[in-house]
Amino acid sequence: MTVRESEVLDVERIREDFPVLEREFDGTPLVYLDNAATTQTPTQVIDAIRDYYLEYNANVHRGLHQLSQEASIAYEQAHDRVAEFIGAAGREEIVFTKNTTESENLVAYAWGLRELGPGDTVVLTEMEHHASLVTWQQIGERTGADVEYIRIDEDGHLDMDHAREVIDDDTAMLSALHVSNTLGTINPVADLVDLAHDHDALAFIDGAQAVPNRPVDVEAIDADFYAFSGHKMAGPTGIGVLYGKQHLLDSMEPFLYGGDMIEKVTFEGSRWNELPWKFEAGTPPIAQGIALAEACDYLEDIGMDRVARHENELAQYTLERFAEFDDIEVFGPPAGEERGGLVSFNLESVHAHDLSSIFNDYAVAIRAGDHCTQPLHDKLGVAATARASFYVYNTREEIDVLVEAIDDARDLFA
Amino acid sequence: MGIGGSDMYRQQILDHYKNPRHYGEIEDATFTHVGENPMCGDTIEMDVVLDDDEETIEAVAFRGDGCAISQASASMLSERLPGTSIEELREMDRDDIIDMLGVEISPMRVKCAVLAEKVAQDGVEIYLGEKDLDRTKTEDDDPDVPE
Ligand SMILES: Cc1ncc(COP(=O)(O)O)c(C=O)c1O
Repeated sequence: MTVRESEVLDVERIREDFPVLEREFDGTPLVYLDNAATTQTPTQVIDAIRDYYLEYNANVHRGLHQLSQEASIAYEQAHDRVAEFIGAAGREEIVFTKNTTESENLVAYAWGLRELGPGDTVVLTEMEHHASLVTWQQIGERTGADVEYIRIDEDGHLDMDHAREVIDDDTAMLSALHVSNTLGTINPVADLVDLAHDHDALAFIDGAQAVPNRPVDVEAIDADFYAFSGHKMAGPTGIGVLYGKQHLLDSMEPFLYGGDMIEKVTFEGSRWNELPWKFEAGTPPIAQGIALAEACDYLEDIGMDRVARHENELAQYTLERFAEFDDIEVFGPPAGEERGGLVSFNLESVHAHDLSSIFNDYAVAIRAGDHCTQPLHDKLGVAATARASFYVYNTREEIDVLVEAIDDARDLFA
Repeated sequence: MGIGGSDMYRQQILDHYKNPRHYGEIEDATFTHVGENPMCGDTIEMDVVLDDDEETIEAVAFRGDGCAISQASASMLSERLPGTSIEELREMDRDDIIDMLGVEISPMRVKCAVLAEKVAQDGVEIYLGEKDLDRTKTEDDDPDVPE
């Protein structure tokens, strides 16, 4: 395949934006392949945080002084920027939370606890992250709603026939991953949302592994809710996003109570603030919100199509290299099929945790464990897997180092 | 990258991992207890036989699944425990286990290393009626070990 120059990333240049990538451990350069857990932060984003604290640190929506006005405007505009980044109509639909997990909980508590009851079902997928799986299980226990799971097939795809079976008129909510953090599968979320809507159910999409690495348009998907985290997309920790259709957010009660989310308080009661502030109680993550907007700029400058292509290319290269060895088991869609930029695997003779420890000799950082998808691991029949996950700054050479490290671990345990 | 790396996998660890001692079951054990390290998915189930006075450990067998550190630790402990008094077992701590393993254990892997010890200790306490516990989970027992 020939790729035009304009379609590939200039990785060398991009790497210069990430000072941490220059770190060495005992003279060995860091190979950071744990991006599905958290991505590194470019200087542009760090500078946005720095500028805020150096120039205009103030609480928002509370002061009439100049600094507070500057901070408030920047913080509000950050919502606009994020809205544009994912194709939402405007800031009313963008709630800043702590992370994807809080976004899930917000909907589960503010909507689920009130609206669900016995006879309702919440449909999840077998590849769901604990962030949604545990949350809806708990809401199910409290409300009497049943939780059902769409099966996955051998290759880590959702069984869409089964989806059509479990999503029925009892379904009140569908919560599904956009991209699996364990398998790398890219789910047909627009089809799933359609299925849910056919049965008057709402659809929540967990985009924690999608927004960082591919163009996402929440309106094209027609998701009712969509969630993701700043720290997985070159942004800071402490900030996540809940997108919600405006009419739904309007009709929902708040999740957390306190300052900033109220319009009027008397000793008798309170009236809620307008969207999105109604869902942002207390002093919000101001610097983080502003920095997240900067991360959106950063990624858009690179181009989300290019990011997606780069990630898939690295994943395919990894699969290709792993295919050279019959003692490496890989999970998820087969080579050749587009996937998110990650590969979970096991080396036959070495437990994933031992592998990860041995990789420290190579300064190779990967994740080993259940990746917060224990039921999925049960289904795969393994307790743990090793996972290499990529971002805009990773190279094929780094994957070669990974393969070398695997060779070494194999020899050590031979 | 700090401690860790392949230094943890010295010959004795790999030997016990590949050829675990006292691996299996004891039918008429005095007690059996199971534990896991939920973060890693390591599990250890241990059968212990006490002497008639219930003071000294006579025999131990274990079975399990997991990383080299957790399984080697269980194997070494099964070799050490027979002949040991219950009191001595109860007094064992993390440092004893790390000494027994004979390698530096990176902080993130301490939970793996101490799983077998916890299983044996909890097993005794449950048997003596001092503790009410279904399974040992190293997470709950070791709040000071970083995740
Ligand atoms: C698919 C998916 N959903 C949810 C989460 C939770 O994200 P956070 O820990 O930022 O809330 C993650 C990341 O761990 C994830 O990969």
